[in-house]
Amino acid sequence: MSDDNLPDDKLDNLSPQVPLPPMGGPVDDIVDDSVGRGEGVGQAKEVQGLTQGQIVMARFFRHRGAMAGLVILVLIAVLALTSMGIGPIRGWWKYQDYLASGTPVNGGAPTMTLPQWLGGPGFAIGDHPFGQDSLGSDNFALVMKGVQTSLFVMVILGLVALVVGVLVGALSGYYRGWVDQSLMRLTDLVITLPVIVLGAVLGRLVNTLPVKMGASQDQVDALTNNMPALLAIALGLILWPSLARLVRGEFLSLREREFVDSARVAGASDWRIITKHMLPNSIGVIIVNTTLLMSAAVVLETALSYLGFGINRPNISLGFLINTYQGAFATRPWLFWWPGLFIILIALSVNFIGDGLRDAFDPRTKRIPSNREMNKALAKVEAAARAGNEKGGDA
Amino acid sequence: MVRFLARRLGLGIGILAVLSILMYAMLDLAMDPLDDLRTSTAPNKEAAIAGRIQALHLDQPWFSRYLLWLRHFVTGDLGTAWRTQESVNRLLGGAIVTTVQLVLAATLIAIALGVLVGIVSALRQYTTFDYAITFVSFVLYSLPVFWVAVLLKQFLAIGVNDFLNNPTVNWFWISVFSVVAGLFWAGALGGEFRRSLVIFGIATAVTFATSAFILGSGWLMHPSLGVVGVGVIGAAIAVAVTAVFAGMSNKLALYSALTTAAVGIGSYIGIQWLFYYVPMNWAWLFGLLLVAIAIGLLIGWLFGGPDRAVSMRGAAITAALMAGLTFVDRVMQGWPQYFNNPDIKGRPIATIGAETPGFQGDFWLQQLDRFTHLLLPTIALVLISFASYTRYQRGSMLEVLGQDYIRTARAKGLSERVVVVRHALRNALLPLASVVPVDIITLIGGAVITETIFGWSGMGRLFVVSLRQSEVDPVMAYVMITGALAIIANLVADYLYALLDPRIQVTG
Repeated sequence: MSDDNLPDDKLDNLSPQVPLPPMGGPVDDIVDDSVGRGEGVGQAKEVQGLTQGQIVMARFFRHRGAMAGLVILVLIAVLALTSMGIGPIRGWWKYQDYLASGTPVNGGAPTMTLPQWLGGPGFAIGDHPFGQDSLGSDNFALVMKGVQTSLFVMVILGLVALVVGVLVGALSGYYRGWVDQSLMRLTDLVITLPVIVLGAVLGRLVNTLPVKMGASQDQVDALTNNMPALLAIALGLILWPSLARLVRGEFLSLREREFVDSARVAGASDWRIITKHMLPNSIGVIIVNTTLLMSAAVVLETALSYLGFGINRPNISLGFLINTYQGAFATRPWLFWWPGLFIILIALSVNFIGDGLRDAFDPRTKRIPSNREMNKALAKVEAAARAGNEKGGDA
Repeated sequence: MVRFLARRLGLGIGILAVLSILMYAMLDLAMDPLDDLRTSTAPNKEAAIAGRIQALHLDQPWFSRYLLWLRHFVTGDLGTAWRTQESVNRLLGGAIVTTVQLVLAATLIAIALGVLVGIVSALRQYTTFDYAITFVSFVLYSLPVFWVAVLLKQFLAIGVNDFLNNPTVNWFWISVFSVVAGLFWAGALGGEFRRSLVIFGIATAVTFATSAFILGSGWLMHPSLGVVGVGVIGAAIAVAVTAVFAGMSNKLALYSALTTAAVGIGSYIGIQWLFYYVPMNWAWLFGLLLVAIAIGLLIGWLFGGPDRAVSMRGAAITAALMAGLTFVDRVMQGWPQYFNNPDIKGRPIATIGAETPGFQGDFWLQQLDRFTHLLLPTIALVLISFASYTRYQRGSMLEVLGQDYIRTARAKGLSERVVVVRHALRNALLPLASVVPVDIITLIGGAVITETIFGWSGMGRLFVVSLRQSEVDPVMAYVMITGALAIIANLVADYLYALLDPRIQVTG
């Protein structure tokens, strides 16, 4: 693991004669680090003057699982948003009114067919690619709307948990003493009950409160239409403790560091020290855990909707669809398969993105090149050496 | 230590008290006991509403109702579920037993499998096997438990039941399964390409032969291990236990384990008479297990040698596993009788409930009945929590393997087995002590969904149904019990960790 067998072109890169490539250049270089062996190249890279962000980005972009997850998640989001539209904007799918019923064609069987190379009659989408339910509602429209709701809940929930968790963790880690004591007792309180139990109570509360308060029909309607947002906020308010504990731990160790002392000596306010000096240093922990929290949130929301304490009509979520159609499994299995498939795809993608982020932010992560990459790199080095020898022989 | 416990317990009770107030207030907002009456069209609607307000003290502010509830709670009266007028104490009694059964079985299996796979995955870091396990655990982690449960009901239960009634062997799937098993073992045992190939061949062939025998020969209709089965499996257990815990070079340990297996086969034959003449119960079985372990220890002690403790440990583990085999075999022998029982109707794998209603049978048939009902919910719960244990154990093992003392152990020439089992494994298992108690709480939460789907009348179902029907007392009882369990679990976790890890000091 020494720098000795670094190929010459690698070292040339460091000399000022060769102009450094603009943006994106360093990333390409890193992808090519299989040329060297292990850590040696990593040290050479530091000389190139990459910022922390660039290093993290580069590591993230070469994490295959994370990239696959990112691509799938973006594709799903684009499909769901463009097909069913956002708010007043209409999407391209013909059945925009997802609750409307129709006449089931062919028992509501899916009309999507496999391409010929998979043994199907040729690829076609048809009228109802994911099938219809017994009332003739279009399953594609339902599932896409459900995906929209699940993604929406996931993002809002993540944001709420992020803000609360970081705030609580930062304050208790920075100030310690009674602030820490009381905030940590609060976290203890929240994690005493399983998340699903608290979530069920809060979901039920969100669902019944408008009716119970005797609000006017308009108000009830307005609340019902914003049910996903309300539910997401309520769930965000119970999922933050894990994040708060991690941020607190991070802050407890950061506040003993010299740069915090020097900032304090220079007269920086508490707020400035927290936001400008300490938070950027714990950004890795925060991002990674928020991502993992969001993947748990997808499953939690669907589970609550399944139990009937989450999203209800007129809103649609994937868990709600599975709950509604589980009895129809024997006759119309597609009503069950598609929502489940999308839940798994979303949760899996987010999980992989979280894993990639963790590796990217963890300075201890070393990339172990596969055997094939090693052999390729070795062959390249040998070829270069041979070419150099030949050149030397000529001269 | 006493001060630590007292302080934590006091804190726990405080948290529980605050929790009860907050939850009562939230439940008061969330529940609407008048819901059904408000939309009713009955002529005596007003009177009914007034009556219910009277009965549930809805005219009083929530805090005075909370005080009323608290006054009953501290005397041990958990209240009544007002729709059915049933006492919550009575409802909970059965529910707790049901949930504990479910969660206990699932936790034990998930820990055993997850830890094992996690360790092997860590030992084979960055191999295809490791990547495959990582991918599978991510998939399992992302699975919604209710979706899995519905699939299990639809495919596993109906499939197995249909197969039992009309056994037609699908050779294609057996072959696929055998190849997957072969790949698994080749990846798990690792080594050079040739070695992997041999392991793959052997594992595939053995899996294929075993599943073909089990499915094709009608064995499933009259399952039992018999003397031959117990003998072969017992010998394999003895060898495996010795290989892991003592090393094959330790002849005394090997001989004592093998002797224990032989004694186990002998007592397997003898004990059939006992099972025939004496009606069994759990106390008897537990006693027999202790006797078996004592015999194992004795055999190990008799073989003696310089490293007596190792032989005794190996023999005792072998003896316990042999006792387990004998138990499994006896339960299996009841299968034809169970299958032909009129209450079962020839569909033994149950999808609903914790027991067949009205089922009569001796101790062994009761166990079979419990097993067939536990099967699906346990699989569902295990699939979910297996993933997190695997990830966790892999990370912890990798961290330990990177420590300096492991390098020292390798450097002084210890065998890989000793390094892994003695030096790494023990320390890698340490963090489990603080994870498992907390994880049980998560599983109790997961049981809420599982019980709802499989129709188990456990705690989780009680919670869901009562919350739907706006019955505050059962929900509060659930909240208090789960909260108390969580606090105790956290306490046990911290205490255990401090007990096992001398680096951690408990301060009052």
